[in-house]
Amino acid sequence: MLETIWFVIWGVAWAVYFMLDGFDLGLGTLFPFLAKNETEKRILVNAMGPFWDGNEVWLITAGGVTFAAFPRAYAIMFSGLYTPLMLLLFALILRGVAFEFRGKEDSQAWRATWDTCLVVGSFLPALLLGVAFANIFAGLPLDAAGIFHGNLFTLLNPYGLLGGVLFVLIFAVHGALWLTTRTEGELQARAGRFATSLWLVEAVVAVAFLAMTWFSTRLWQNVLAKPLLLVLPLLAVAGLLSLRVFAAKGAWWKAWFASSALILGAVLFGVAGLFPNLLPSSLDPAASVTAFNAASSPLTLKIMLGVVLCFLPVVIGYQLWVYLKFRDTVTAESVSRGPAY
Amino acid sequence: MDVLALSRLQFAVATYFHFLFVPLTLGLSMLVAIMETQYVRTGDEDYKRMTKFWGKLFLINFAVGIVTGITLEFQFGTNWSRYSAYVGDIFGSLLAIEATAAFFLESTFIAVWYFGWDKLSKKSHAVTIWLVAIASNISAFWILVANAWMQHPVGYALRNGRAELSDFLAVITQRFAILEFIHTLGGAYLTAGFFVLGTSAWHLLRKHETAFFKKSFRIAAAWTLIFALFEIAQGHMNAEILGKAQPTKLAAMEAHWETGRNVPMNLIAWPDAKNERNTVQSLSVPSGLSLMATYSTAGEVKGLKDYPASERPPVLPVFLSFRAMVGLAFLFLAVGLYAWLKREQIESRTGFLRVLPWLIPLPYLANELGWTLAELGRQPWIVYGLMKTSDAVSPIALSQVGTSLVAFFLVYALLGAVDFYLLFKFARKGPEAAPAVVK
Repeated sequence: MLETIWFVIWGVAWAVYFMLDGFDLGLGTLFPFLAKNETEKRILVNAMGPFWDGNEVWLITAGGVTFAAFPRAYAIMFSGLYTPLMLLLFALILRGVAFEFRGKEDSQAWRATWDTCLVVGSFLPALLLGVAFANIFAGLPLDAAGIFHGNLFTLLNPYGLLGGVLFVLIFAVHGALWLTTRTEGELQARAGRFATSLWLVEAVVAVAFLAMTWFSTRLWQNVLAKPLLLVLPLLAVAGLLSLRVFAAKGAWWKAWFASSALILGAVLFGVAGLFPNLLPSSLDPAASVTAFNAASSPLTLKIMLGVVLCFLPVVIGYQLWVYLKFRDTVTAESVSRGPAY
Repeated sequence: MDVLALSRLQFAVATYFHFLFVPLTLGLSMLVAIMETQYVRTGDEDYKRMTKFWGKLFLINFAVGIVTGITLEFQFGTNWSRYSAYVGDIFGSLLAIEATAAFFLESTFIAVWYFGWDKLSKKSHAVTIWLVAIASNISAFWILVANAWMQHPVGYALRNGRAELSDFLAVITQRFAILEFIHTLGGAYLTAGFFVLGTSAWHLLRKHETAFFKKSFRIAAAWTLIFALFEIAQGHMNAEILGKAQPTKLAAMEAHWETGRNVPMNLIAWPDAKNERNTVQSLSVPSGLSLMATYSTAGEVKGLKDYPASERPPVLPVFLSFRAMVGLAFLFLAVGLYAWLKREQIESRTGFLRVLPWLIPLPYLANELGWTLAELGRQPWIVYGLMKTSDAVSPIALSQVGTSLVAFFLVYALLGAVDFYLLFKFARKGPEAAPAVVK
């Protein structure tokens, strides 16, 4: 029971992470396409300014939950996926400092350097996490000792790559929608156009990915075995469709929430389809790392449950407060007046 | 070089580098919070300008501290997976608590503080920097509890082929953890003290914003003196607990070979690990080590020869790190005392002001020496007495670690250069002109 509760917490932590950091990773990816001049670049950076750092902690938390509740899964996942995780790490490092550094020197080359770090550091995590999760859905080449038999290129199979592309697209649309909620005028209109035209590609890739999921993974079979869980993929599909409807009406906040529903539904569908596996093995089902054979001791799981139940509601409370406090429009005037990046 | 050696080197690089930024974050957040509180209390615009000026330097430093911290969490999984699987039940929980209880708070409110000058009342705004400062310090608590568990594992049982938690309170309240925590904070606060003293001195010498930097100097002088005294008095307690918790570390840092009573403390020595003796040994304080470690001149102190050579840490670097760290601590006390005594007419002490900026790197050095002593002194164990470092490394390829290590060198060299360049640039630029103009 405790293991199952922790499996759910694990999945929810990832889903919330993708929903929140997803928009700023997507906005960073679209940075060169959306912002045409320095003022627009600053507006774009400041549209995610107060949020990106707090969002990223959800990644640390998802990692921390894995380490605390399923240490064996943490050990196998992080050592097995060594190279992609190092790439993710360096991307996040360069991206994180880019926010702080880009405005600190009055030089074109300086800003261009950190803007590049921001773009690459946003695109690469989206791609890598997509590739990683698609491969986890499909199963990793793990033996009974938890040794990963493969390398970076093992992960770059068609299904894995499609997962990576899907994450990049979902985050890009999510980010463009975020920008529409925080800006006005030409920049808002451009972000809206990007969201609607990228939506078509997003929808096509999403359908293709769901179809391939049928053949490459056991997610659908597992979810169909408990029909109540079908609400998750339905939530994702409903989010995807209503996103387009709201965007056509210019109801940007609603469109962003629809996009959030898509992300939550899609990630939780994947997580539910995995259960009880955390890292299914493609070599031998018996070698799969599960919530039961990787779990911490009952005492640790209980104490950590207490910690999570105490602190996460408070965290969600103050993060919501921050989102409400900083919901006003970012304009050329507001970034020049500051405080701003 | 094998995977083990490269992984150790990579961990050392990542930790040394991370800890160039952490102490200033811990200390300067407190000082900025004190400055902003003064602003709220007195309404004096100078304090607001101080908050903004030192706050800007704080943020430049903070950015690199945050991103390089993620590396450490990742590395336990990537490079030390056998360790993670073996002790994750305890160690992983402590890191997860750090993220939920402290890191969220710190990362969320640092943005509120930076972006919220016009959105919050004066008082609420000051509260946000206190939240950041307190959260950073709580964060340090959990990380150091985790490290203390590696130094002195308690509250566990060996079950199911791993170390499992048996007593959570024992883990988080053990004396070793509390001492390690306050000792690390003391070093961090000294780092911030010297940073503010040195930067203020540079400006005072140039008669630039004298009133502003005198105010900053006075706060930092009292702060530095308090924590220099604290660090020396408290550091002694750490040595004492090592005698019980980690006898090989204590013996290595004192280059003490033969178990005995009435063990002297050699102020000067040069250990020779191969021949298990000291080539040089003088200025001995009779029974000094016994007294320090046991509070009794007749107390027994274990010598390195009591342990097989394969269970001893490398003596020379541990010994030297300890000597240098303690020497620096007394220097910090002297500087703190002088700065505090002369705080009212500090602008006339030009010789002292000229020296102070050059002293800024010294607390950084002392911090790194402390970690060298703590981590190298624990070897060959990753968890003292429980798991050897050589048994903890991941089953990964040499090429993987080799490549990531090169990447760490390159990326960290770039980050370090840029960050210290920016700190230097904005520290020299000084505060915005009064009355405060928003950039």
